[in-house]
Amino acid sequence: MKIAVASGKGGTGKTTVAVNLCLFLVDAGLQVTYADCDVEEPDGHLFLKPEIVTRRRTGIPVPHVDPEACNLCGECGSLCRYSAIVVLKDRVMTFPELCHGCGGCAYICPARAIAEVDRPIGSIDRGNAGKLGFISGCLDIGQAMSPPLIKEVLKETPDDGVTIVDAPPGTSCPAMTAVGDCDYLLLVTEPTPFGRHDLELMLKAVCSLPMPKGVVMNRVNGPDAATEELCDKYGVPVLARIPEDRLVAEAYSKGLTAWEAVSGYRTVFADLWSGIQKDAGRCGE
Amino acid sequence: MRVAITSQGRDRDSLLDRRFGRAAFFIVADTETGELSVHDNAQNLNAAQGAGIQAGSTVAGLDVEALITGNVGPKAYAVLKAAGIRIYLAPDGTVAQSLQRFKDGLLEESLSANVEGHWV
Amino acid sequence: MKEIVVISGKGGTGKTSITGAFAGLAKKCVLADCDVDAADLHLLLQPQVRERYEFSGGGRAEIKAEKCLKCGLCRQLCRFDAVRRPADGSSFLTVNSLACEGCGLCAHICPAGAIEFKPVVDGEWYVSDTRMGSMVHACLYPGEGNSGKLVTLVRSRAREIATGNGSDYLLIDGSPGLGCPVIASVAGSDLAVIVTEPTVSGEHDLLRIAGLTKHFRVPTVICINRSDINSAASDRIAAVAEAQGVKVIGRVRYDKAVTEAQIAGKTVNEYTDGPVAGDILAAWQRIINLTEGKE
Ligand code: SF4
Ligand code: SF4
Repeated sequence: MKIAVASGKGGTGKTTVAVNLCLFLVDAGLQVTYADCDVEEPDGHLFLKPEIVTRRRTGIPVPHVDPEACNLCGECGSLCRYSAIVVLKDRVMTFPELCHGCGGCAYICPARAIAEVDRPIGSIDRGNAGKLGFISGCLDIGQAMSPPLIKEVLKETPDDGVTIVDAPPGTSCPAMTAVGDCDYLLLVTEPTPFGRHDLELMLKAVCSLPMPKGVVMNRVNGPDAATEELCDKYGVPVLARIPEDRLVAEAYSKGLTAWEAVSGYRTVFADLWSGIQKDAGRCGE
Repeated sequence: MRVAITSQGRDRDSLLDRRFGRAAFFIVADTETGELSVHDNAQNLNAAQGAGIQAGSTVAGLDVEALITGNVGPKAYAVLKAAGIRIYLAPDGTVAQSLQRFKDGLLEESLSANVEGHWV
Repeated sequence: MKEIVVISGKGGTGKTSITGAFAGLAKKCVLADCDVDAADLHLLLQPQVRERYEFSGGGRAEIKAEKCLKCGLCRQLCRFDAVRRPADGSSFLTVNSLACEGCGLCAHICPAGAIEFKPVVDGEWYVSDTRMGSMVHACLYPGEGNSGKLVTLVRSRAREIATGNGSDYLLIDGSPGLGCPVIASVAGSDLAVIVTEPTVSGEHDLLRIAGLTKHFRVPTVICINRSDINSAASDRIAAVAEAQGVKVIGRVRYDKAVTEAQIAGKTVNEYTDGPVAGDILAAWQRIINLTEGKE
């Protein structure tokens, strides 16, 4: 089972929830993997402090044109929607940083003059934090395209056990890439006007996705009717309300998990887990 | 010599378009005969990305030796350079004025991109 | 005219609250909200929309069932696994529009010409009036891509307005993260202000985002928000930053007034003249000095 943890904006405590949920599940005896798909800002390792066993570079395939074989027919240039390959009178130019790696140019080239070479965009770490499996993608600085790297991270997640996917914040393509194929989607929000506004964007973005969803309200300072109403309107249950706690904030700032800092967290995450199971089960019926 | 000028309109009295990739028209002038021809850049105006590259390849196909425009980004510059086209930067003015300034040798030749690229 | 972009790397550091407050302090400015995925600045500034435009970031493929030969070539060639067998068990293939990258390959190679490739509207963008000056902002429809192009659009329109009306500053609320939208909001600006917070992840992300601004050669300064939650970490951030030649231009203390201002739909400095407003004013003053070359 893959559970994605996402949020409409950054800083809502998405990673805190993902990490603590992992720790709870490991403690409950399950086989768990944490997959950090927030590849632009991967932070999970700061809290889980995993031992990294392997690191591999990953990239996207971009065209490499053999000038001897190329007959300047121009087919590749007219196919490419990203202007990553243009054909001039006497040569072909490529702009690898614009290429989305569709492979179209290489496929259609009548002269078979285009080969594909990997352009590295980031790396993927694998390891363990105690019994917890750990996978994390990290985009190279200056690279613009994160979805291909996110897909590579997801490919490495195991099929059995529970995988917690820490998704990038926001509602655009990277976030949707990370959550698209998960079995359950957990949305983390906080009770501020910005938080609520971004939660609504998120709820709109995911309403057409088939998997069951739940909301975690983080840093709650007493009842927040507006957020509850919003979730109601979209038919998404609120599974947990995590109180604002100075101890947690301090622990977080030092790189400790709430789990380590505050004993009461066990019940919060136990409730959250049973909420997820109930919902996930309902969808399977 | 054939010269391309980025233009907001279709004739010699139109204003120079300072944008290269998303210029409305390219006007090609023959400096000897004074003949003009107009080329629409409409499909590039709304290009998803790489308007500069596409405009560069369009201009390369117009068989010109020089281009007069306002700003050129790094990718368009690379294409124009590969096509052997010299780039001259003109201040605001009409197509006819820019052409005259060019003939009088008053325009500065650009030896590198003069604006940031759009990283999309 | 100076272009100042406020970014944070990691979200939730208070970037938008601080940008809003700066907008109120800048004398003649134009605003651009380049956080197009989760635009929040309008919640503080209540813009009156003057112009509205549709945005199309690219196209999507669509298979016309009546022409499809069921050869499966599109499915085989699509690198983005966007051509799928529908859940209802029908034998026709369909394109999942969320997964479709818009590369157009399938439409090009389909032997039956059964695939249409159409531009789609991915969002809207606006030119508005606010009490702080003109503002260009946008709304990307949820789940849509190519926010980098939309950011570029918003930014260049805002720049046009700012140069046109003789503004002193173009103030940009940048996008979070390190990918294409943030690159589009940062590249070529005069100064990047990184708003960070004293947490381990704040520290970690700060280094990454500062690496990015360096990569694009944009002068960079740091503002530490909620600096007093962990003063030791704030000092550490300051030391690391200064060692890399990046100045810390301000420390803004933690204050509930920041959230209260948000709730009231005001900027921090409109809402209070307490110490937190003083911190922000001091930071802004240093930004002015830096951009005017006085420091
Ligand atoms: S692989 Fe696709 S995106 Fe890349 S250059 Fe070729 S046609 Fe363009
Ligand atoms: S346009 Fe490209 S990404 Fe979209 S379905 Fe066709 S081949 Fe796949």
